[in-house]
Amino acid sequence: MTFTTDPLTNPPTDSLSTADQIDLYRQMVRARQFEKRCYDLFLQNLVKGTTHLYIGQEAIATGVSAAMSEGDYTFVTYRGHAHLLVRGTPMGPILAEMLGRSNGLMSGKGGSMHLIDASRGVLGSYAIIGAQLVIANGAAWAAQYKETGQVTVCFFGDGATNIGAFHEAMNFAVIWNLPIVFVCENNQYMEYTPIRSVTAVDRPAADRAGAYGLDPVVVDGNDVEAVYGTAAAAVHKARTGGGPTLIEALTYRHGGHSRADPGKYRPDEELQAWLAKDPIPNYRSALIGRGVAERDLDLIDAQTRHEVDEATEMAKSGGLPADELLWTNLWSDGSSGWRT
Amino acid sequence: MTTLTLAKAMNLGLRKAMEDDPKVLIMGEDIGKLGGVFRVTDGLQKDFGEDRVIDTPLAESGIIGTAIGLAIRGYRPVCEIQFDGFVFPAADQIITQLAKMPLRSLGKLKLPVVVRIPCGGGIGAVEHHSESPEAYFTHTAGLRVVACSNPVDAYTMIQQAVRSDDPVIFFEPKRRYWDKAEVDTSSAPDTWHPFDTGRVVRQGADLTMLAYGPMVKTALEAANAAAEEGRSIEVVDLRSLNPVDMPLVTESVRKTGRCVIVHEAPVYSGLGGELAARITEQCFYNLEAPVLRVGGFSTPYPPSRLEEHYLPDLDRVLDAVDRAFGY
Repeated sequence: MTFTTDPLTNPPTDSLSTADQIDLYRQMVRARQFEKRCYDLFLQNLVKGTTHLYIGQEAIATGVSAAMSEGDYTFVTYRGHAHLLVRGTPMGPILAEMLGRSNGLMSGKGGSMHLIDASRGVLGSYAIIGAQLVIANGAAWAAQYKETGQVTVCFFGDGATNIGAFHEAMNFAVIWNLPIVFVCENNQYMEYTPIRSVTAVDRPAADRAGAYGLDPVVVDGNDVEAVYGTAAAAVHKARTGGGPTLIEALTYRHGGHSRADPGKYRPDEELQAWLAKDPIPNYRSALIGRGVAERDLDLIDAQTRHEVDEATEMAKSGGLPADELLWTNLWSDGSSGWRT
Repeated sequence: MTTLTLAKAMNLGLRKAMEDDPKVLIMGEDIGKLGGVFRVTDGLQKDFGEDRVIDTPLAESGIIGTAIGLAIRGYRPVCEIQFDGFVFPAADQIITQLAKMPLRSLGKLKLPVVVRIPCGGGIGAVEHHSESPEAYFTHTAGLRVVACSNPVDAYTMIQQAVRSDDPVIFFEPKRRYWDKAEVDTSSAPDTWHPFDTGRVVRQGADLTMLAYGPMVKTALEAANAAAEEGRSIEVVDLRSLNPVDMPLVTESVRKTGRCVIVHEAPVYSGLGGELAARITEQCFYNLEAPVLRVGGFSTPYPPSRLEEHYLPDLDRVLDAVDRAFGY
């Protein structure tokens, strides 16, 4: 198979412009405030079904997305609201989907765990652990086969590294030299269990990379610029025919696994240590230290609050889906008939 | 007309599908250079290249997952599962993603994936190589499930499966791979039997026998034997297992008043149970006898020396016919 190289697209860069840096901050704040609003609405019993919040991990989706181009493909997990936001999906429809409303992104049929925005290359949120890794390979292969230059980025959690699909996917990606970047968001917990207590190696993704001929890549997942730099190099490598990269980004989930899980199984000193490494206030301080005006960042915070408020109003204004929604799209003709 | 084995008819059907549409890809274990363990894909890699006929790692979940990703981006992958029992490592992808993503995406993501599965016993193979797992998939909404029983259907139905925008689980009766029939490979697709319909393969008046895949031949043999005793049996080849052609089935049962369902899969919780329930609901006042089922036993598939005892044969089918006439 041949591959079209386009080194001008997303070359690795050591420096981000001030505007780029401010945008990284903005995207992280949007993800944080959105998730906080989800939690508030959940406590008000307006979010039906389950939710898995991304609070604490925002630097990863933000940094990786900034390294991607329009038209690239994204595969995410059930903890994927923020990934859609940073890929450009508007806040309102995502929030409306959380509320199960007919004006939601999936018309109220997908819910928190199954957000899809194919128009922006987000080819699904997957709630079966590891399922998306092998599927992402197919999308990557399609891009390689068609020589489009598109790169596929596949996010997954630390828990997925212990399931067979992870290992199948790494092998497939390497033997076919696919243009894909696997991003393991190691937030230290496989649902409610510390990942280190159920994994044979310390770094669940990076320590396995060598088994597939890949370099072990570990990045501070709470440092958005470090994530961006690592992702940019991997995306560039994929786009120029260099094949797959497996990145392990170390981070921490501030809250519990899902819904109202308070995460009490985590030692307090561990929690406090990671809260001190919160990616957003730390990046804010760094930007101010580089001369960015604090009021500019305050303005971003305020604009985002307004955006979240507007999204909330939009979501709440949506009606409930009609019962008939249950009976659509089972078959490709749109129907669910016993015979078509 | 050409005389073809069922395996060769599959091969020519796949070849035609690949010629007709460059988006058709074939993938699976040992399917390229070897041509598959049953040689169904023989010669295709040589003619269409390694990019379209792909030898994959031995990893069924990875095969189906990759096919889903390809389908999302517009390809029409045909995956071969080497033996029926090997589909279970892929069941995760088939059941949790392939069947559900079109619905989940409100139809925006179509998944025209075909999963070919050589199924059933009778060739002296063993557990994992002789099973009939169709009911796991007919139970899963969102999958078309079909079974071919003869070379003509093999040739046409595989092409219809590839053209379907729905995911298709395609069962091939491995012990019939070497059966021969006349196939018209120049026939136009619009003259073919519609994909989601069954077919009456033998007319009869006194009893309807429903079968599919490898058991159609057995059912026809049973019908011939019963005719010698003056019983007129109508044999229906279901062909499509989800959706099932219930209008055809009920029309036949209302006419004959008796029904025997034959499949290799275990009777308990098999497709025959669902069919019997539906026939009873829809034809209750026409029935002269309960709907009877003949199938495999509720045991794991046996070693080869015992499979003749396990598989439904002429005696077991005719015994059910006797019971149906005994009410």
